[in-house]
Amino acid sequence: MKLVTAVIKPFKVEDVKSALESLGVHGLTISEVQGYGRQKGHTEVYRGAEYKVDFVPKIKIEVVVDDDAADELVTAIATAAQTGKIGDGKIWVVPVETVVRVRTGERGPDAL
Amino acid sequence: MPFDFAHVDTGATAWLLAASALVLVMTPGLAFFYGGMVRSKNVLGMLMQNFFCMGIVSVLWVLVSYSIAFGGDNKIIGGFHFALLNHMTEQVPGYTDAIAQGTPPLVFVAFQLMFAIITPALYTGSTADRWKFGPFVLFTALWSILVYAPVAHWVFSPTGWLFKRGALDFAGGTVVHANAGAAAIAIALVLGKRRGWPGGDFRPHNVPFVLLGAGLLWFGWFGFNAGSELHADGVAAAAFVNTNTATAAALLGWLIVEKLRDGKATTLGAASGAVAGLVAITPACGFVSPVGSIFIGLIAGAVCALATAIKGKVGIDDALDVGAVHLVGGILGALLIGFFGTTDLNTASKDGLFYGGPWSVLGEQALAVLATVGYSFLASLIIAFLINLVWKMKMTPDEEEVGMDEVLHGESAYQFTSLGGGSHLSDLITSSKAAEEATAS
Repeated sequence: MKLVTAVIKPFKVEDVKSALESLGVHGLTISEVQGYGRQKGHTEVYRGAEYKVDFVPKIKIEVVVDDDAADELVTAIATAAQTGKIGDGKIWVVPVETVVRVRTGERGPDAL
Repeated sequence: MPFDFAHVDTGATAWLLAASALVLVMTPGLAFFYGGMVRSKNVLGMLMQNFFCMGIVSVLWVLVSYSIAFGGDNKIIGGFHFALLNHMTEQVPGYTDAIAQGTPPLVFVAFQLMFAIITPALYTGSTADRWKFGPFVLFTALWSILVYAPVAHWVFSPTGWLFKRGALDFAGGTVVHANAGAAAIAIALVLGKRRGWPGGDFRPHNVPFVLLGAGLLWFGWFGFNAGSELHADGVAAAAFVNTNTATAAALLGWLIVEKLRDGKATTLGAASGAVAGLVAITPACGFVSPVGSIFIGLIAGAVCALATAIKGKVGIDDALDVGAVHLVGGILGALLIGFFGTTDLNTASKDGLFYGGPWSVLGEQALAVLATVGYSFLASLIIAFLINLVWKMKMTPDEEEVGMDEVLHGESAYQFTSLGGGSHLSDLITSSKAAEEATAS
């Protein structure tokens, strides 16, 4: 199994969710996060004084899937979240040792 | 002289009592105007300093400060004749015209009190994020008695020296705004800079609060300015319309500067411009025309917006720009009477330079500004310096980092954030447990 983690622009979260639903993904977890990449932060001006905002708000999406579904999933997220402008985000994939469904105690791919 | 209660002017009395209530609401309005501009860990500290003025100043007013402002016919200072609000069957010494014979003495006490409350609240803006509560309380008590009361006597009491010289200040541009602005700079000098200023992240935590506060100020200011006619008549109506007009024009003036200088017009700028306009029209509102008010507003909005850059250049951490808005705005309004003053709407006004009047009008205005600002700045500096010697006024850098709300008041403003502030997680656990049990049964 693989854990796919994507950090994307907040307003793209609905598009990504629909893309994953059409792939038959059963569940995902999102969280509000802050950070910066090459985009760095942005500046805000209040009464003529400039403030540099280093950490930009983003949404982090986490999905666990079967090994052979990971590639397609990554492509779907990348397509749905893309605007072509700086700050679109990152996606990474790591192996997962096991998954347990809390309600039934099932383990492995059956628990997905 | 004894007041004749048999001949009360009910219209004027009713308007002044209502106007007093309008002016009171400016102080909580100011609290939100300032409170939205500080960081979330200091919002209660800021609200508290403003709200607290309604407590301390009201009590002092009854005990002694009203009397120091209005209870005597000396040129420099009142007396103790009205202390504890004794002798409330007598009108203020020197206050003898027909209007004064129509409204009971306690009406004047109530109306003037509201001005005395908001004036010290105004200077708290420069001190944001770092003034310990105890020294703030002591300073404000002393300042109300030693600075506000005498200056109010000079300008508002018919026996005060600036009033007698003929200085025009319809509703307190010098007494309230230039006075508070000068004090704000003096206190900021004694307190010193905030940790991390300039350069740190001091963004406002809640700009909607700032707009809400500015709206309440605008609303209450009709009582402040139109009420200052002390009568329900045509001049009160002129003051009302001029107040709204100048405020609207200043909102535009501030935004034009922002658009040209920073590239974007901001909501904070709209709120700030409106307040700058309210400040500038305060001394002038009963003495100028609506068209004059447009000019005064545009000038005040633009100049105050530009003046916000001064504090960074001179290195004084006037946190919320009390100097740029109230000191500069109050001075501008007082001086512009020398240009835009006209007797068209008010025979008690004077013609300024643009209406064929003499330079001496501007001269008297400049003298009133100099006297008020000079006295307020020096007296405030001395009071703050002496308090600071025996009772350190500023929070330590570590305390600043934690914030006023927790350090000074043991509270936190917001409970719905998951980052700090506490009970969010336990609420979530309790409520989901209750939902589970409800489903099971």
